[in-house]
Amino acid sequence: MEGKKEENIIEVKNLVKKFGELTAVNGVSFEVKKGEVFAFLGPNGAGKSTTIKILTTLLNPTSGEIILDGINPEKDKNKARKSFGIVFQDPSLDDDLTAYENLEFHAVFYGVPEKDRKERIEKMLKFVELWERKDSLVKTFSGGMKRRLEIARGLIHHPKILFLDEPTVGLDPQTRNHLWGFIKEMNKEEGMTVFMTTHYMEEAEEVANRIAIMDHGKIIEKGTAKELKKKTKAKNLEDAFLKLTGHEIRDESASGLDHLRSHARAWGRR
Amino acid sequence: MNSPVYTMWLRQVKKYLRSKPRMIGSLGQPILFLVALGFGLGSLYQSANGGNFIDFLAPGIIAMSILFTSMFTGIEVIWDRQFGFLKETLVAPVTRFKIMFGRTLGGATTGIFQGILVLIIAAIIGFRPELALIPLSIIFMILIGLFFTSLGTAIASKLEDMQGFNLIMNFLVMPLFFLSGALFPLQDAPEFLKIISYFDPLTYGVDGLRATLTGMSQFGIGLDLVVCTVLTLIVLWIGAKLFSDIQI
Ligand SMILES: Nc1ncnc2c1ncn2[C@@H]1O[C@H](COP(=O)(O)OP(=O)(O)OP(=O)(O)O)[C@@H](O)[C@H]1O
Ligand SMILES: [Mg+2]
Repeated sequence: MEGKKEENIIEVKNLVKKFGELTAVNGVSFEVKKGEVFAFLGPNGAGKSTTIKILTTLLNPTSGEIILDGINPEKDKNKARKSFGIVFQDPSLDDDLTAYENLEFHAVFYGVPEKDRKERIEKMLKFVELWERKDSLVKTFSGGMKRRLEIARGLIHHPKILFLDEPTVGLDPQTRNHLWGFIKEMNKEEGMTVFMTTHYMEEAEEVANRIAIMDHGKIIEKGTAKELKKKTKAKNLEDAFLKLTGHEIRDESASGLDHLRSHARAWGRR
Repeated sequence: MNSPVYTMWLRQVKKYLRSKPRMIGSLGQPILFLVALGFGLGSLYQSANGGNFIDFLAPGIIAMSILFTSMFTGIEVIWDRQFGFLKETLVAPVTRFKIMFGRTLGGATTGIFQGILVLIIAAIIGFRPELALIPLSIIFMILIGLFFTSLGTAIASKLEDMQGFNLIMNFLVMPLFFLSGALFPLQDAPEFLKIISYFDPLTYGVDGLRATLTGMSQFGIGLDLVVCTVLTLIVLWIGAKLFSDIQI
């Protein structure tokens, strides 16, 4: 960043993703600068996770252009996969392996050198306070413990771009603070670009350099937290968010795969 | 310890070894077949063909246990998708061919392990294999294991959930097994059944196993080996292709 011309590490132009009749992402364009923390905010079903899945080669877009670290992830999937890491919104652990084995698997897959592997796994497991449980099968973990393990796993290798899709769902406040502290540090020290989504507006306000607000598959506003508040004459980001996206609840269209959230909704309705 | 293929293989093997109920459960069926059919039809077979039915049956049951175990590992891709672990492997900077290949090797390994267990059980019941060609029988076991893990992977790559599972069992796996000559000599079967069996890949696997373990053979070891190898390579390629195209 020092004085150099700021380059975009992610560029997205007119991205569209349709699932049959439903248009989940409807002509989205944005850039993320190298070394930036970029937040995607938006109500349930806005299309945040779908956008992330396309950026991370899990889904092919219906149309649009993407450049990720100079690579077109649709054409050159293998190369694109080398440049990022991701913590998914939905569960993604192997329940039949132990905590340690899950991390070891990840370290091998992401080419962490063998000599550093043990040390890094230990460090991350201690970071999320699961070191004592390292040899327990993941299926014996609580929801929050699983989430912590996923986060530890996502931080074992140090990618150029880190995608965090609602990383703090289900975590206690201590762990949340701890996590964002760590992410900010990695962002500063290694210049790692962070692309995150969250429903906790304070988190976005505190961590993100820039924010895009998405609704119904479209980006409706972009800018720093300050700019967004100014534009909407809101006193805080949450207020700005509500002014931009309205007050009605979007439940019907929310992501079908989203177990955590749909559980939360089911409980809420009782 | 550095290769993703090895790591994937290890994962499959660990999962298999950790699920004792599955291991024991999948031994139940072959034992049942060996005992019920082996003893039940033994005298009938003997009066018609002369010779010991267990010797005829055992290779078929070994093939069956490899078929079921391997196919199951392949189809497990659907579980991985539902529990979410598949995503983790699919975004990693490892070619999907390597992921699929590691998985398939793992599935084949568990299949062979299961096959050897059944071989030992059959020997206890009274099966007397010829030991000279055992290494060749193991090669047939490997080929059967690779073939059906790849086939399971190929199918599972196209399915979103477990709803198709029964369909696959009843309309693919069971016919493949029953029409392969695992349970009865195809030489004596009606013409139409014989012709159908020629299109069943397992027919050549069973024949190869039977040839190497007992010396009884319809097509000869050479042809069996060529057909099994070629088909395995084709299905491995198709499985890798479909697995590579998975979207989540
Ligand atoms: N595989 C799929 N098949 C069909 N529709 C899908 C699929 N995945 C997502 N959708 C739909 O696309 C829309 C956007 O979903 P997405 O998961 O991107 O939302 P999101 O912004 O991440 O929401 P949340 O805050 O709830 O995580 C939703 O209407 C969802 O139902
Ligand atoms: Mg989402």
